[in-house]
This record gives sequence, C-alpha cells and structure tokens, in this order.
Amino acid sequence: MRYSLFSIARHALNSHKGWTEAWKKPPLQKQYDVVIIGGGGHGLATAYYLAKFNNNLRVAVLEKGWIGGGNTGRNTTGIRSNYFLTENAKFYDHSLKLWENLTQELNFNLMFSQRGMVSLCHSSSDGERLATRYNALRLNDIDGDTLTLDQLKIMLPDLNYSPAARFPISGAVIQRRAGVARHDAVAWGFARAASRLGVDIIENCEVTNIDISKNCVTSIQTSKGNVACEKIGICVAGHTSEIARMVGLKLPMETHLLQAMVTEPVKPFLNTLVVSPALHCYISQTDKGEILIGGGIDGYNSYSQRGTWPKIEEIVSGAISMFPRLRGLRLMRTWAGIMDMTMDGAPIIGQTPIKHLYINGGWCIGGFKAIPGAGWCFAQTILNDQPHPLTEPFSLDRFRTGRLLSESGAGNQPHKQ
Amino acid sequence: MLLIPCPFCGPRSEDEFTFGGDATLVTPKEEGNIEAAADHIFLRDNPKGWHKEYWVHRYGCRRWMIVVRHTVTHKIKSVSLATAINQ
Ligand SMILES: Cc1cc2nc3c(=O)[nH]c(=O)nc-3n(C[C@H](O)[C@H](O)[C@H](O)COP(=O)(O)OP(=O)(O)OC[C@H]3O[C@@H](n4cnc5c(N)ncnc54)[C@H](O)[C@@H]3O)c2cc1C
Ligand SMILES: [Zn+2]
Repeated sequence: MRYSLFSIARHALNSHKGWTEAWKKPPLQKQYDVVIIGGGGHGLATAYYLAKFNNNLRVAVLEKGWIGGGNTGRNTTGIRSNYFLTENAKFYDHSLKLWENLTQELNFNLMFSQRGMVSLCHSSSDGERLATRYNALRLNDIDGDTLTLDQLKIMLPDLNYSPAARFPISGAVIQRRAGVARHDAVAWGFARAASRLGVDIIENCEVTNIDISKNCVTSIQTSKGNVACEKIGICVAGHTSEIARMVGLKLPMETHLLQAMVTEPVKPFLNTLVVSPALHCYISQTDKGEILIGGGIDGYNSYSQRGTWPKIEEIVSGAISMFPRLRGLRLMRTWAGIMDMTMDGAPIIGQTPIKHLYINGGWCIGGFKAIPGAGWCFAQTILNDQPHPLTEPFSLDRFRTGRLLSESGAGNQPHKQ
Repeated sequence: MLLIPCPFCGPRSEDEFTFGGDATLVTPKEEGNIEAAADHIFLRDNPKGWHKEYWVHRYGCRRWMIVVRHTVTHKIKSVSLATAINQ
C-alpha cells in the first residue's frame, strides 16, 4: 500500500483499522539467487536495488537480530560528501544525491534534513587544511564554502568564541547540502520497499557458516536451516571479519567501539551539525530537542557494543569546550556500536577471492551516509560479477597493490583513526 | 572500563594506558616478498573472543606489556611484560 495523504484519509474513515504491516515476514525458503547477510541499512539497500534492477531474482536478507538493530540504529546520522580524495568524493556525493530523492523513491519519510555541516577551524593550519579540502570539493563539483568568524557568529552564536578557549575558533567551512535523517526510518523504508519488490527479510536468522565448492559459493548455513544460493553479499559491519573467517579469509580490518550520547531535551538552539576536528567531537540537535554528541572510537578492539567511561568523559569535555552552555545539561542515554575499521579508513566494496562472495563493509565510523550509494553500487557489482566504476577503487586487493585511500593519512592503525 | 593489572604497578585504570594493537603479528622473515609484507602490515585476525594485544603503561611505569583480553566481555586473562618480542 502506498503512503499518501489519500491513504491516510481513506484509513481515517475506517478508524485506522486497515493499515497492514510495512514489510512481510515470510518463512525462509530452501533456495535463493542472492542471499544478503545482515539486515542493516547496507544489507537492506543492497537487496532493494538488486530487486529493482532485476525483479526476477529471488533475494533474501538474513538478519541475526532485528533489522536496523546494529550500527544503522545507533549512529548520529551525519550525511555529507565533503571528502578530499577524488575517489571518496565522487562515491559519497553519488550517495548524497540519492539521499536527496530517497524519501520519494522509497515512499517512506526518512526525515532527511539538509541543515548543513560546519567544521570549525582552530588555527591557521586548521584553516589551510580545511580550505584545501573544500577547494578540492569544488573542483569535484561538490558544494563547500568557507565561513569567516563574523559569518559563523551569526549562524552559531552559542559557540565559545573566547580567545581564552582551549582551542580558540578562527573560522569554519560548511557543506550546506550535508544533513541528517531518521536512522530507523532508513532501515524500515528500505525494508518496506524491498519487501514490496519480493525480497524476503528474515529476522532472528544468524548465518553460521558458508559452504564453498571449487572456490565458489554453494550454500549458506543459518540458525533456521541451510539455504542453497548462487551469490552471497556480506553486509555485517563489525562482524565482517567473523563472516570472512568462515571461508578462511583474513581481512585488513579491526572491530572497535564507537559511542554516541544524548542530553535531556531542550528548546531548539542548534540548526546545523557542528564538528571540531581539534576537539574530536561533533554535535547536533535532534528533532526531539536532545543534544546529540559523538566523537572518536574507544581505542581498543571490541565486539561488546558497550562504551567505556573515559571516552564519554573526553567527548563530553569536547562538547562543553565548543558550547559552554551545555555544561548544565544531564546526559540521558549513551550507547555504542561496533565499527568495521579498515587499515586505511576507506570501505571495502566488491569481489573477494571466492567466486560469488562479495563484501560491503569496512565503513569505519561513517557508513550511514553511504547506505543508498553503496547499496546501489554493490547491487550492480553482485548482478554483473564485476566492480561498479564508482566503487572499484574500494576493492579488497588495494591493500596488496598499494592503492590505499587514506583520507586522514592515519595509515595502518585503526585504533588511532 | 578496564582495570589492567600491571606487573609493576598493580591494578590500574585503563586511563593510564595506551593501546598498541594486535600482539600476534610476526614480521615475515623472507625479504622481497611484497605480498607477505602487505599481508603482515594490513591483515588482522580480529577475533570475537580472546585477543592478544599490546598496551603501554604510559602514565605509570611506561613499560610495554602483552595483555590477553576478551573482546566481548573485556575480561583480562593475563598480563606479561613485552620483553620477549622479536627474540
Ligand atoms: C555511535 C555511532 C555514530 C555514527 N555516526 C555516523 C554518522 O554520523 N554518519 C555516518 O555516515 N555513519 C555513522 N556511523 C556509522 C554507521 O552507523 C555505519 O557505518 C552503518 O550504519 C553501517 O551499516 P551496516 O548496514 O553496514 O551495519 P549494521 O547496521 O551494523 O548492520 C549489520 C547487521 O548485520 C547483522 N549480523 C552480524 N552478523 C550476522 C550473522 N552472522 N548473521 C546474520 N546477521 C548478522 C547485525 O545484527 C546487524 O544488524 C556511526 C556509527 C556509530 C556506532
Ligand atoms: Zn605499570
């Protein structure tokens, strides 16, 4: 059923008793053309685009918990394409363009709000670095502006402009097309749209092994039984190494915690995303009024999905340095997700040494924004059994060929990214 | 929050330590094998379970140590000084 003003009116006549479930809950079949492991944003988007590009395919998404219960439901929803490296910039801007029409495409309100993202400069070298990045953006036809201190003060009067601040603010850059979306709605919207195209979404179904014959995928073992399949796409974020281990693959990846937290809700005072690279902290205000705060990863390998205290203290102190008036607020909730941190900070999308086994992962701390873009490219990679031009640079073999994509120059130390 | 039992300083908060990554990596002996070198630099076991890893007690005795820690429960099984490395 399409959602529209008319469907609301029609159902209102029947006291809203006629609404049906947004996506079906079919039983697991014995055989599929493509099985996607992981019902986060990436798995669901991939399944949706697979079904959209070839509606004859039998596609299933297998999720061990509930859809959107992983990082997709835990992130701070920053969506942007302000990347320096051309490969990154082109890919993420493709994704951002898909976001701009996604609510309409999925017929599901993602509450996508392009409220802009401001990155603060705290020194002249900060300023030069960000100006270089934003000039590179413009060369790639992506929007980006610099803001003087006076412009910034009008936009964000509550920042700490004191010259005595821990990191005094000297200016900023802004990508105005950047924004936020409702994370749950992204999972639900893709699930509903995929289900309408015939994709089976199976929750509480954990993949426990992958069967291979003559170096090619043949079937998959799950907590709900075995399934024969032609192709498999891995979209499991922090568990990518665990799935790869099933087929004897070792990946350039470590799993780390990333936390976020919200304060109690307050009246609207922040209508954009603000990030301070120097303070390793970023802030936005949710539609409910909470101040949403995030920072860097906790710093040691973990699959626990539970954050640690020292990091919360560090992130909060950064937030208060930026906006001193946050000092009086109480934290309401904190949580963590487990991140698939690659050795160069860029994702891995494409084929593996095993035929018909494909990886979409290594999103590090920023794969929410990539959900439509990567789903779009990854679906075509699986369909055609060859890399999509936009994601070809993100191939797994770049770690052997040396064509790394190190945006921050952090190198092979995920725990320091 | 970890309480890491330093062999010199006793149980201390993780705040005082810095993580140094996977301690199972062994530099390949063979020279000139680019693929082996790349695999050594980039590939990780990344286990969901017990993980052997380096930590340095930066705000304490400043010694490097090898900690065996569980990546789901964060329990610490053993701590030893990282003296035997590369011998
Ligand atoms: C605190 C935090 C803040 C973030 N902020 C941002 C941000 O501002 N902007 C941004 O772009 N990104 C951000 N991210 C990153 C972003 O959330 C992720 O990169 C993205 O959601 C990954 O989506 P996914 O579908 O790959 O993973 P997930 O949503 O984690 O989905 C993977 C799914 O696989 C399932 N799974 C795992 N193993 C198995 C198995 N064996 N069998 C079946 N299913 C399995 C899991 O249960 C899970 O549901 C943030 C992340 C966190 C944690
Ligand atoms: Zn010590």
